[in-house]
Amino acid sequence: MSLGSLPPVTTDPASARPGAPDQPVPSLPRTAGRTAERRGDRAFRGLSLSAGLSLLGIILAIAVFLVVKAIPALQDNTASFLTDRVWDPNNAQPAFGIVALAFGTVLSSVLALLMALPVALGVALFISHVAPRRLAGVLGYVIDLLAAVPSVVYGLWGIFFLNDKVVVASAFLHEHAGWFPLFGGDDIFGRSIFLASIVLAIMILPIIASLSREVFLQVPVSQQEAALALGATRWEMIRTAVLPFGKPGVIGATMLGLGRALGETIAVAIVLSPAFVVSLDILSTNSGNTIAANVALGFAEASSTGRGALIASGLVLFAITLVVNVIARAIIYRRREFAGAL
Amino acid sequence: MTTTSAHRPPDVLPQARDLQQPSLSRTALAGLAVVVLLVTSGLFAVTDLAGRAGFVVVATLLYVAAQTAVSRVVEGGRRSVDRLVTTAVIASFLIALAPLISVLLYTAEQGLTRFDWDFFYRSLRSIGARDPGGGANHAIVGTLQQVGLATLMSVPLGLLVAIYIVEYGRGRLAATIRFFVDVMTGIPSIVAGLFVLSFWILGLGFGYSGFAAALALTVLMLPVIVRSAEEMLKLVPNDLREASLALGVPRWRTILSIVLPTALPGVVTGIMLAVARVMGETAPVLLTAFGTASIVRSPFEGPQSSLPLFIYQEAASPQGTAISRAWTAALTLILVIMVLNLLARLVTRRSTLKK
Amino acid sequence: MAKRIESVGLSAYYGGFRAIEDVSVVIEPKTITALIGPSGCGKSTFLRTLNRLHEVVPGARVTGQLLLDDEDIYGPGVDATGVRRTIGMVFQRPNPFPTMSIYDNVAAGLRLNGVKRKGVLDDAVERSLQGANLWKEVKDRLTKPGAGLSGGQQQRLCIARAIAVEPQVLLMDEPCSALDPISTLAIEDLMTELKDRFTIVIVTHNMQQAARVSDRTGFFTIEATGEPGRLVEIDDTQKIFSNPGEKRTEDYITGRFG
Repeated sequence: MSLGSLPPVTTDPASARPGAPDQPVPSLPRTAGRTAERRGDRAFRGLSLSAGLSLLGIILAIAVFLVVKAIPALQDNTASFLTDRVWDPNNAQPAFGIVALAFGTVLSSVLALLMALPVALGVALFISHVAPRRLAGVLGYVIDLLAAVPSVVYGLWGIFFLNDKVVVASAFLHEHAGWFPLFGGDDIFGRSIFLASIVLAIMILPIIASLSREVFLQVPVSQQEAALALGATRWEMIRTAVLPFGKPGVIGATMLGLGRALGETIAVAIVLSPAFVVSLDILSTNSGNTIAANVALGFAEASSTGRGALIASGLVLFAITLVVNVIARAIIYRRREFAGAL
Repeated sequence: MTTTSAHRPPDVLPQARDLQQPSLSRTALAGLAVVVLLVTSGLFAVTDLAGRAGFVVVATLLYVAAQTAVSRVVEGGRRSVDRLVTTAVIASFLIALAPLISVLLYTAEQGLTRFDWDFFYRSLRSIGARDPGGGANHAIVGTLQQVGLATLMSVPLGLLVAIYIVEYGRGRLAATIRFFVDVMTGIPSIVAGLFVLSFWILGLGFGYSGFAAALALTVLMLPVIVRSAEEMLKLVPNDLREASLALGVPRWRTILSIVLPTALPGVVTGIMLAVARVMGETAPVLLTAFGTASIVRSPFEGPQSSLPLFIYQEAASPQGTAISRAWTAALTLILVIMVLNLLARLVTRRSTLKK
Repeated sequence: MAKRIESVGLSAYYGGFRAIEDVSVVIEPKTITALIGPSGCGKSTFLRTLNRLHEVVPGARVTGQLLLDDEDIYGPGVDATGVRRTIGMVFQRPNPFPTMSIYDNVAAGLRLNGVKRKGVLDDAVERSLQGANLWKEVKDRLTKPGAGLSGGQQQRLCIARAIAVEPQVLLMDEPCSALDPISTLAIEDLMTELKDRFTIVIVTHNMQQAARVSDRTGFFTIEATGEPGRLVEIDDTQKIFSNPGEKRTEDYITGRFG
């Protein structure tokens, strides 16, 4: 509830009563102290408003400064930024294109989403509808801990622990399902897009799971009892009452998870063996690279133009995640209004 | 099928009206599990299947299939689907739990080897990747300073934005600000780093520093703090505000002396969670503080390190000694973040405002 | 289709708390039985034990017997979902599925039971909506959301949804408490029509309503908060309201407490 419905605190007694006669109103104290307090009110309001505006300013500044610092490098670029698959911005003849990076970014994130979404929905349903009610809080907290582990630690674990396991699994998949387009390619299996996707999936799982759990818990008991009273089993009740109600929220949560995967940097930079290729052979070493990981990996050795090229790639990432996030928020907002009408 | 009367329909429901339904007992299911385990063992003995993880996967899949089939025959399609979904849901939770346990155990195992005095009291100054010893003191100092500065900047600003949205904001502007707070939550941390790089370092020419890193972390913390504070301020009952306003207390003092203190535990929780989140950020710090091996006492004097950055840079080395240091730093970081998370929950418990 | 219900020494618990104790009652087929009593007396809990919806709340359980035509619905091997299909329920607040159209709401129960053929569904939806006196009002907008109807229409939609699966008993938990007087009247008329086909049990706070619609009335009360609710007496409605057997019933009906 906001105070929006209350009449505004007036700062000027004369304007406050437009229809009132001109005579003074003796019962209202108009001391210097009152005026000072009103001034305080106006100042505080102005302060909080400018804080709000400065936040908008920061987002605008992010876009502006990325563009400004990317332009010189883009002007020096001898390749086409939007269509070429090279990344050699530190050369005397700088040549760089975003295609391979953007492809790798989207591919790894979409794969991560495909792996994380079903598990996250299962986790959310487990906590909201299957596990004993008393444990729900603790179990939710345990899953939230997954989100608390820093990405650099996931990277470390991914390269030193998980990589070996993924190599074995990749060899298995390649051998038995090599006909499948994603599982083809040569047979060196470590540090692949597949490994990066698994690490990303683990990182976005808690985001999707906890937001979905929230919407599942918001489903009115009356809806669920209505389904049960018709003789629905637990799954049928979930399918009839819970999932349709939670669908917009789940879609929003999924998009937020996607946004997070698209922008994840360090974990990918650590586990991935980078290559500037457009390839679907996700099991192979050197199967791709992502925009964010490329910034982290290339930053230390970047020339001035090289930094500009990285900033330009960051601008593309900013634009992609902005679109994904705006869509996600729009879906969640619509859902909120819908829930409010119930 | 023909309708015999307007009110008395043909029996459109295929199920029998009998309330008695055969159902699988726990004993039957346990027996099924035993059979599946035996079959799986047999499979692993006869075929070239091997490995513990493989065994678990094959046994689980076989069990789910067997349970679904048996239940379908005994209990009917609807209940077998219900069982299948319930099993899948429980399995999802266990699948999600596996990496968490694995990360924590592996980090503890690897990190404890260098969890010693030197690690916390020495830096990497004149310590090569090959050298034993050395520590992360400089990184710990850097993390504390960067996160501290970011907190100092983002908390007042974030609280003011939240106050504007909840207490003053109305109409389009407030809605716009709210929306962009949410959008800002989704800005990748590397973009925040690139922003400070192009604005502060390349644009204004200040050079790498702990303060530049703090600026990037502020961009990341700000929306988190606004959102949590906003949620908390909304929970403060309107009666409280009206009671204060009715006493003649001006709105700004009502906010500062009534609303904010009431929401305080929740706001503190939000701040702690935001701190825990940015404390683990590597990418923006890499682009803005760059990293160094020495202790840099001032966040305004050139490159500085931080714990996550230390992990990233040490882990890039092929030397076991450096990688050990990375693991110990990872363990330290996880411990600090977990403690912050735990404290945050404890503070929430003391809050009188409930959702 | 209607069946007889008999409870024998039925008690219901929420964890350690006993909500109702030792309720024994016979409800004849094709009658309307009203359950009245002060707030918290356990009448709604008793209603929810009749279709085993009580046990949905964690920690809730029931002891005693509940016979539906001599078959104990709490007996071993009895599936709660089957019980609920046989015993329909209408809730205090209209609760159509918000994401479904009017048609889909009515068809929901049939679809759960595997009815897929369009013709069968169409027939059942029309028949149920007619049975709920709602067909004329909604027949041109069956694809519109059920949540767009007025409160009284929504409640009749919920009745249509409940009778679409052809239950044998219909439970109504204060079905008119959220409705205006005109909608209430429409529901009461509907109940009298539905009596020909179903055994109806209704919980109500409104004693006039109980007197208007029911054949028999049962009075529940509690001695004090924390005590379990008990069935004080059940008899023909006319007798309960004119010459109750128990002093406590008379006190409640004449407004001396509750």
